[in-house]
Amino acid sequence: MRAELQQPLGRLAERAAAEGLLDVAYATADSPFGPLLLARTPRGLVRVGLPNQDADALLADLATRVSPRVLEAPAELDEVRRELDLYFEGKLTDFDLPLDWQLSRDFRRRVLRAIARIPYGQTRSYTEMAKSAGNERAVRAAGSACGSNPIPLVVPCHRVLRTSGALGGYGGGLPMKEGLLQLEGVLDG
Amino acid sequence: MSELPPFQTLIDEHAGDVMAVLRGAVGRADAEDCFQETFLAALRAYPRLSGAGNLRGWLITIAHRKAIDHHRARGRRPLPVAEVTEQAVTDPEPGDGIWTAVGALPPKQRAAVTLRYASDLPHAEIAAALGCSPEAARRSLHEGIKRLRKELA
Repeated sequence: MRAELQQPLGRLAERAAAEGLLDVAYATADSPFGPLLLARTPRGLVRVGLPNQDADALLADLATRVSPRVLEAPAELDEVRRELDLYFEGKLTDFDLPLDWQLSRDFRRRVLRAIARIPYGQTRSYTEMAKSAGNERAVRAAGSACGSNPIPLVVPCHRVLRTSGALGGYGGGLPMKEGLLQLEGVLDG
Repeated sequence: MSELPPFQTLIDEHAGDVMAVLRGAVGRADAEDCFQETFLAALRAYPRLSGAGNLRGWLITIAHRKAIDHHRARGRRPLPVAEVTEQAVTDPEPGDGIWTAVGALPPKQRAAVTLRYASDLPHAEIAAALGCSPEAARRSLHEGIKRLRKELA
């Protein structure tokens, strides 16, 4: 973006927020695994894009599913970025961020809410998650709920493993899942 | 379900053009205010837009409405200045009388006149902004000018 437009555009995002027109604010953030895309609504954090995910596709999806009023507004994500930075430095174990669950529904949302309660440095199995969400036999559905987690990292689906202890899958790729579990001291570094 | 792209895409692709149009229409000093008014108005209306065709033309049309609003507001309350300085020759302001008359034109003629004379757009671009054929744009412009001549005579 041309430098001469930066200031007017910065103020535009501020005024849009003040007038309640900033339906989706987004920003990018650095992480040890690569750049993250962070998006929030007035209700809270709605989407975290992992480094291997296509940011443009993700924003287009938000425009369709949440609102086309999608604006880059880094200041709106300062707190999210701050907590994630601390988390990656190993200095934060519990995120204290309002979340917007609108991108997941029903059983999937219940699974994700259960995942959000798994403490730092601990793991659970897909079976346990299915049970917490109220349907012990829906293990495969619990797995796909993890796979479709719109708010990874903050909703720590990386803490869910196979009953055998095998890693299972991860939207950000298995090396990232391993790296996160090492950071939390679950796996040896 | 709407298939509109994220609003940020419009900013990334067209903010430079919108700013250039506004600088032409209201001058460098006031362009930034009009720029924000333009994008805020666009953002307000965006979810109700029926399709993603010619978003640039849509933004430029809004910019022109904001430029007209700006000229009108200026006409109503002249800016107080500490001392009268020479007007810069590079950025001539059209006389307020003309803009009041332009503001009274029917919408299509008004838009065509401002697009042509405040922003110096060619007929093809005016047509794109108004969503009509170049001939229709030329006709609106011609009708607008004829009417202005009569009004201001």
